[in-house]
Amino acid sequence: MGLTIADLKKGERGVIIDSSSKDIPLKLLEMGCLPGNEVKLLQLAPFSDPLYLNVNDSFLAIRKDTAALILIDRIDG
Amino acid sequence: MGKQIKVALIGNPNTGKTSVFNALTGLNQKVGNYPGITVDKKEGVCKLSRGVKAHILDLPGTYSLNASSIDENVVIELLLNKKDKDFPDVAVVVADVENLKRNLLLFTQIKDLKIPTILVINMSDVMARKGITIDIPKLEKLLNTKIALVSTRKGTGLQVLKSLIEGYKTLPKKQCLDARSIDVDYFERLQKAFPNQEVYRLWLVIAQDVNFGKLARKELDVSQFRTKSISELKRLQQLEAIKRYQFINGVLKICQVIDRSKAKDLRSKLDRILTHKIWGYLIFFGILMTIFEAIYDWATFPMDLIDTTFASLAEWVKNSFPNGGKLTELVAEGVVSGIGGVVIFIPQIAFLFLFISILEESGYMSRVVFLMDRIMRRFGISGKSVVPLISGTACAIPAVMATRNIENWKERLITILVVPFTTCAARLPVYLIIIALIIPEDTFLGLSYQALTLMSLYLIGFGMAIFSAYVLDRVMKKERKSFFVVEMPNYKLPLIKNVLITVIEKTKTFVLEAGKIILAISIILWVMASFGPGEKFNNAEIIITQNNIDIPKGELDDKIAAYRLEHSYIGIVGKTIEPVIRPLGYDWKIGIGLVASFAAREVFVGTLATIYSVGSASEDESIDTIKTKMANERYSDGRKVFTLASGISLLLFYAFAMQCMSTLAIVKRETKSWKWPMVQLVGMSIIAYIFALIAFQILN
Repeated sequence: MGLTIADLKKGERGVIIDSSSKDIPLKLLEMGCLPGNEVKLLQLAPFSDPLYLNVNDSFLAIRKDTAALILIDRIDG
Repeated sequence: MGKQIKVALIGNPNTGKTSVFNALTGLNQKVGNYPGITVDKKEGVCKLSRGVKAHILDLPGTYSLNASSIDENVVIELLLNKKDKDFPDVAVVVADVENLKRNLLLFTQIKDLKIPTILVINMSDVMARKGITIDIPKLEKLLNTKIALVSTRKGTGLQVLKSLIEGYKTLPKKQCLDARSIDVDYFERLQKAFPNQEVYRLWLVIAQDVNFGKLARKELDVSQFRTKSISELKRLQQLEAIKRYQFINGVLKICQVIDRSKAKDLRSKLDRILTHKIWGYLIFFGILMTIFEAIYDWATFPMDLIDTTFASLAEWVKNSFPNGGKLTELVAEGVVSGIGGVVIFIPQIAFLFLFISILEESGYMSRVVFLMDRIMRRFGISGKSVVPLISGTACAIPAVMATRNIENWKERLITILVVPFTTCAARLPVYLIIIALIIPEDTFLGLSYQALTLMSLYLIGFGMAIFSAYVLDRVMKKERKSFFVVEMPNYKLPLIKNVLITVIEKTKTFVLEAGKIILAISIILWVMASFGPGEKFNNAEIIITQNNIDIPKGELDDKIAAYRLEHSYIGIVGKTIEPVIRPLGYDWKIGIGLVASFAAREVFVGTLATIYSVGSASEDESIDTIKTKMANERYSDGRKVFTLASGISLLLFYAFAMQCMSTLAIVKRETKSWKWPMVQLVGMSIIAYIFALIAFQILN
């Protein structure tokens, strides 16, 4: 399996390439976790879970196991 | 009354939808429940021009028309059912100017239902600060709608909104994109199967059955139309979201310019501190301590005031109708002290709602959820359970209702089940009197033993909540999906008007709901204690007078009252259960207090007051006289009833037992079955019994 949101480090960004896993809640897709959208990891709670993200101009927190289902390409710099 | 325009306010959470509602209706609103469920239904009336009125319904916040919680489902059910009496003439979709993209998703879905729709772009006051410019006329054209640019903080744009509502008949009904194109063939077949229905409505019903579980329907029954598997349907939903965002992105590219260099970033600065690994927790606990301080210190003054007011009111009733007999007694001892027992909690409840509403309005609550999720999950609950657990220190009823936004059913259920362990306001009077009786007033390292005991009881309650959550998590079957999405809204200065309206509404609801039950219980108790079967009850005066010739009049009256009580209906109940509670160190009188407390804990002190036949038998007379009576209460062999052993045992029993009918009723409503309230009642009572038993047997 490729790179996912769960692999991002604090402050890093990526572009979503696939979020079609059936275990991803629809709500997350509706908030903008869709292919092509940029995602930035803003903050990690203690024990690196949950993750505080900015996706598609939405600010949201999701758990690590959900984040690990969303495939991304890392954006460098 | 003329015809009112029916308006439904719809929007994502955190868009200031409620501010718009408050701005339109002021205090002309009422909060009820949707039939059969406990989701708040807020309605209000707004005067438009020339005597035209609008009936405004504030619907729960939702991100889309695909429900994942009961709150959201309310919105969909209403919009699907054209025959619902609340079905809107016009839908007002409230969007936050900073999250326009995401907010428009819901807007485009509602447009597809072909309901006349107005778009409110709220919080327009921040546009300059955030470097946002919007071409409104162009946006109106592309979205086939009319737009009101509103700032509830500054009070601008509301007139525009009102006149748009008034002219709702001229609003364009055309949808803004064609969702059918995600699977033309499927939607054609769907339309053919139900030629008289709008196809998007049908699709929503199908989608809802996938997301939220099947619902029985008379109309729009699509259960026969099963041409796609669940995962294919999910795929379609995903395609729909993508399709809508494509459209929205295209529109916003033309109409919206965001100059990010102008944006001042308050969010990241505050987040750096408030969600910090150390500072974040310290600040959170600091806030918690402030809330406790407010509830248990600041609230004392108004509470004392209420206490004395009701005591003198009861006194006044008695003195004003000296010959009123039984009826006066009922009013003075049953009704007045019963109402007093509810009203006394108003300051605490109001303070709690004040703080919770400020924390929610400001956007801070989401940060707490974020910080606490990982820790809470170890115990089988969610970060979102923190809010109910905090609310539970006022009252379990609003706390149980506050679990609604927890998406994962198992986490939500566990939270509901353990919330009643947290020390609610109703336990406080019981704790205070027993602590005063059995714990010495000395201090230890500058802290009084009594205060330490009280604090330990709070910790025990919270600890038991967490521990039983852990056990329940192990026992209950595992849910595959961990479903947790929390929006982290922008920080906002809370609007005073919103906060005050919330405090007033919630406090009012609490007092009326709890008040009804406590009042009923007080009356039932009073009746059961005032009447009894047979000789012994009716001839109490003669029997006691004969046996006690040489004691003073006052004491004699007390003895008569006590004897009568022992043989009243409630006395018989107490005597019957005495064998069960003996091992815990209680006598039959405490037993009556316990039985009465299963309706509501706060009646304990009042019940004991009645039982120990303290002159007026009013709980408000003075805690001291009741306390003295309790301290002097002895078994027939001269042993004291209230000792350290029986006192601790009683404290633990109250800490753990499920003694609140209102909570059971609300749990039944929220879980839609009697199973869970019964699990609570039986489980918690067994735990309470065992702990009380162990404590008494060891200490005695």
